[in-house]
Amino acid sequence: MRFRAFTSRNTKEILRDPLTFCFGLGFPVVLLLLLSAINSAIPEQAQMTMFNIDKLTPGITVFGMSFISLFSSMLIAKDRTTSFMMRLFTSPLKAHEFIIGYTLPLLPMAILQSAVCVVVAFFLGLEVSVNILLMLAVNIPIAIVFISLGLLLGTLLNEKAVGGICGALLTNLSAWFSNIWFDTAMVGGWFKDLANALPFVHAVNAARDAISGNYSDIMPELLPVCGYAVVLLVLAVVVFSVMMKRNK
Amino acid sequence: MYAIKTEKLTKKYKEKTAVSNLDLKINEGEMYGLLGVNGAGKTTTMKMLTTLIMPSSGDAELLGHSIKTDRAAVKQIIGISPQESAAAMNLTARENLELMAEVYGFSKKVAKSKASELIERFSMQEFENRKAKKLSGGEVRRLSIAMALISEPKILFLDEPTLGLDVIARHSLWTEIEKLKGKITVILTTHYLEEAVALCDRIGIMAHSKFMAEGTADELVALSGEKDFESAFVKLTNGGEL
Repeated sequence: MRFRAFTSRNTKEILRDPLTFCFGLGFPVVLLLLLSAINSAIPEQAQMTMFNIDKLTPGITVFGMSFISLFSSMLIAKDRTTSFMMRLFTSPLKAHEFIIGYTLPLLPMAILQSAVCVVVAFFLGLEVSVNILLMLAVNIPIAIVFISLGLLLGTLLNEKAVGGICGALLTNLSAWFSNIWFDTAMVGGWFKDLANALPFVHAVNAARDAISGNYSDIMPELLPVCGYAVVLLVLAVVVFSVMMKRNK
Repeated sequence: MYAIKTEKLTKKYKEKTAVSNLDLKINEGEMYGLLGVNGAGKTTTMKMLTTLIMPSSGDAELLGHSIKTDRAAVKQIIGISPQESAAAMNLTARENLELMAEVYGFSKKVAKSKASELIERFSMQEFENRKAKKLSGGEVRRLSIAMALISEPKILFLDEPTLGLDVIARHSLWTEIEKLKGKITVILTTHYLEEAVALCDRIGIMAHSKFMAEGTADELVALSGEKDFESAFVKLTNGGEL
């Protein structure tokens, strides 16, 4: 199990970068607090339920993962430029072991990020229920989508470019096409179709269904997310393998 | 069997030929120096031999394994200490060693004991628990060589192992490298002529992507008709002109 050693190295790299780690955990919390404050200022007559804590929390946990994407892309893009990676390329490690080695330590970080968000949401009025655990479980394939997307971009782009793509473009995409900030059905047309073709809206819907106990609605939303997770992970391995050979 | 045998090994990048028709034979247990000025093709040769880049034509065999068709086997028998500090910077010296041992398939327990053995052998006790990014140039180079040795390679590639080090650190590293003589095959690229003369059994000189001459330091001096190795090197890299 050679990938375990590489996984362990990446875990240490993440934990020993406390600034990024804390920012990763704190980023969704700040958003949650800010939007809850905005929500409390909206009069009830407006009948605006989008930012109610039970809808906002799953949305923010999903949106927070765009930071995990940025983190994973930066980690791999930075590594690719080092002689340390060159040394590892001459070792028996294979492309899939590299990708697994990057994914495994980021997965608990993503779920921890969601958990911290949920704990803060309890103080803001979110009902404590077993459905919270279900939402965290639903967030696992969602996290894989964001992590593998980051790894894919980090393999293709350099450190500077990936900051722009993952930091700005992906964050905006996952905001606009996710039903977190507004209902994409309200815009309709191609916008709604595009949103439905991407995984973000399904991810948020699945997390919301989990937290609100709409169990039968979870799988239809989660399946496209799982499909994206598998495709993106395989694509990340293939592209990393091609990059290793091109480097050769 | 030769440790390394290349046949018309060539690497081209579009119009540019980085290495041209290299024929090289290195014996097992030999310490072989690859000398040349910048752009001579030393690092490209090393990258091909360590499976980092694929040759455009020709082939090389490392203990009988082709770098084109038997790359997995080649990877199991080589160790490399690249030009720059190739360690995981947020990991301690000991963690770096254990990581490399585990990557090559050793169990955690064996990795720990092998790391301890190399820490003692390379006198790294003082900084074994210090992160690589906090090590001095000499310390990190020592760590880099130890990392390359932890998998017990049969062939070790040292790319400019003492580049940028002060005289004391360089000599200290020479002592460590010298101890490898006869035990494993070592291919060393360097800019420092005195390093090649002091350490290597035989020296190959590359210039303009081609292999110009090889032999012991004395043989190369005799071949050039010069009085010292530096003049011999200049003459041989210039194709006979001083």
